[in-house]
Amino acid sequence: MSKTTESAAVDYSQYPDKNGHFGPYGGRFVSETLMPALDELEQMYNRLKDDPEFRREFDYDLAHYVGRPSPLYYAERWSKQVGGARIFLKREDLNHTGAHKVNNTIGQALLAKHSGKSRIIAETGAGQHGVASATVAARLGLKCEVFMGAEDVKRQSLNVYRMKLLGATVHSVTSGSRTLKDAMNEAMRDWVTNVDDTFYIIGTVAGPHPYPLLVRDFQCVIGREARQQCLDMTGKLPDALVACVGGGSNAIGLFHPFLADDSVKIYGVEAGGHGVETGEHAAPLNDGVPGVLHGNRTYLMEDEDGQIIETHSVSAGLDYPGVGPEHAWLKDIGRVKYVAINDDEAMAAFRTLTRVEGIMPALESSHALAYAAKLAATMDPEEVIIVNLSGRGDKDILTVAQLDGIEV
Amino acid sequence: MNRLNERLAQLRQQGRKALVVYIVNGDPAPEVTLETMHAMVAAGADIIELGVPFSDPMAEGPVIARGHERALEHKVSLRATIEVVRQFRAVDQATPVVLMGYTNPVERMGYEAFASSASAAGVDGLLTVDLPPEEAGALHSELKKANMENIFLLAPTTSQARATSIVRLAGGFLYYVSLKGVTGAGHLDIGAVEQKVAQLRQLTDLPICVGFGIKDAATAKAIARSADGAVVGSVLVDKMGSMQGQGAAQIAAAVAELIKPIRQGLDEL
Repeated sequence: MSKTTESAAVDYSQYPDKNGHFGPYGGRFVSETLMPALDELEQMYNRLKDDPEFRREFDYDLAHYVGRPSPLYYAERWSKQVGGARIFLKREDLNHTGAHKVNNTIGQALLAKHSGKSRIIAETGAGQHGVASATVAARLGLKCEVFMGAEDVKRQSLNVYRMKLLGATVHSVTSGSRTLKDAMNEAMRDWVTNVDDTFYIIGTVAGPHPYPLLVRDFQCVIGREARQQCLDMTGKLPDALVACVGGGSNAIGLFHPFLADDSVKIYGVEAGGHGVETGEHAAPLNDGVPGVLHGNRTYLMEDEDGQIIETHSVSAGLDYPGVGPEHAWLKDIGRVKYVAINDDEAMAAFRTLTRVEGIMPALESSHALAYAAKLAATMDPEEVIIVNLSGRGDKDILTVAQLDGIEV
Repeated sequence: MNRLNERLAQLRQQGRKALVVYIVNGDPAPEVTLETMHAMVAAGADIIELGVPFSDPMAEGPVIARGHERALEHKVSLRATIEVVRQFRAVDQATPVVLMGYTNPVERMGYEAFASSASAAGVDGLLTVDLPPEEAGALHSELKKANMENIFLLAPTTSQARATSIVRLAGGFLYYVSLKGVTGAGHLDIGAVEQKVAQLRQLTDLPICVGFGIKDAATAKAIARSADGAVVGSVLVDKMGSMQGQGAAQIAAAVAELIKPIRQGLDEL
């Protein structure tokens, strides 16, 4: 019940406004060539989102192709070890392709199909969104090209190979810092060149309007399911939600259906890297300022000249200097508390969950788990925390092995 | 009326085409820029577009993107760019200078602080690639107050209805992006440009300059048959990058040699 009176009056369903703004954040900051394509996408989405046939197609694919609903699992042994609140895991790791990303790519692929465009492009950090995009492209017979920073290509080589097996072309991006932000720059450059026949599937709740809106809508299935599952299993709403935040798509998917539930405390966990105090992290909501990047206004990691600075996280999927504009707004109005977990804490949580529950989490999700353990210890056993286990850790095994000094 | 509008009016009166040249401030090294600006004017450039280096130049092709990276290796900022214009003005009070860049550095400096500082230094206009009219309101009014022009891009994808609303805010000249793509792309369609320029003329008396994909005298000339001016960038930035490590005088002279035939070509029209 820590809500401020300011946020108590907010009708969350009314955001973004018609220009894509969440308070001062969001919007549409792209070159003129792309503006008409974004208008077109927005109009198509507005037409289709409440269309029963479109909903039916989306729900069918989520059920039969993705394998939804994903379970809500009571991590009893881990909860008891932590000592405190009962921790439930929303098992997005059990989705087809191994993470929440596919919820969105299924939705956007349906939009691509309706748009009649024959080619899809995507940016990817950890490779999960690239894999999910390559997957839906294979299924629909669309040509797929994925842009991935050269650094990430190196540290996520398994996912690169998965994408290639699925028939996608992977472009290794060598400009700038060679990570996710540069992959997104390159995808935008491709889109502006091939806008006539290309659908850009953005993987997170960032980018120009309407992407933060439609990605959120497609990911909200996580929170809707979790809400009902929690009621069924515990007879009440959760007391707290925890999810990791890079761009923030898994987090907004879990959070959004609970925003109006004042009793539910919500925590977004950013990548603290070597520690927020060191400056080597990827936690713009903890240690950034508002600015404009990749088509939207949001919190960014930048220097005093407004140049975007390099980020650090052990997890490629969180290694991004921006964050979705809705998160920026939820921070400012105080509805969600954004905290940071550093590399070592996340690694420890990865090992703990693997050993105690037999579930190997993605390093991204491990940030959420680490914070949930801290939080649970301060709560009562009657209380319930839902953690979004946004992805499985198979893709990270090489990273973990390397940290252990083991050659796989 | 500021320098930019004066120059454009003068060119129109003389029946001449505007040669707009683009380089990135601080590329390949900070000491090169000022000398190159003066050399470009001497070689016949009418308007200088000075690129403000940005870490994430989304609309640029590989050539100009590398120019931004080279400048950023020297930590060249928006403030340093304004300072270069101040130094340029100590010698040249006539040639209009427009800054071209991305929103974030301007936003970080603050719209008001930017407008007053840039205007005092002798900057005549600003083109922010990623700030469409829908988001440009606040910056636009600060630029107006400081007597600077807000230059907007129009693209092949821009509908006539959108163009109408852009023209309402636009000052200086309209910058028509000749193709769907990034700067320096190679698929220029002269016929399509002519058609679009004709459509835009129905909406405005503002001069129309065309850029993206103009490489030499021949393409500049072809474009300027319908447009009021041609913007040349990538070919200059490419040259400057290839001469990294050489002296400012050498680089400035080489850039001037690229500009002279383009000037000549435009003057034959």
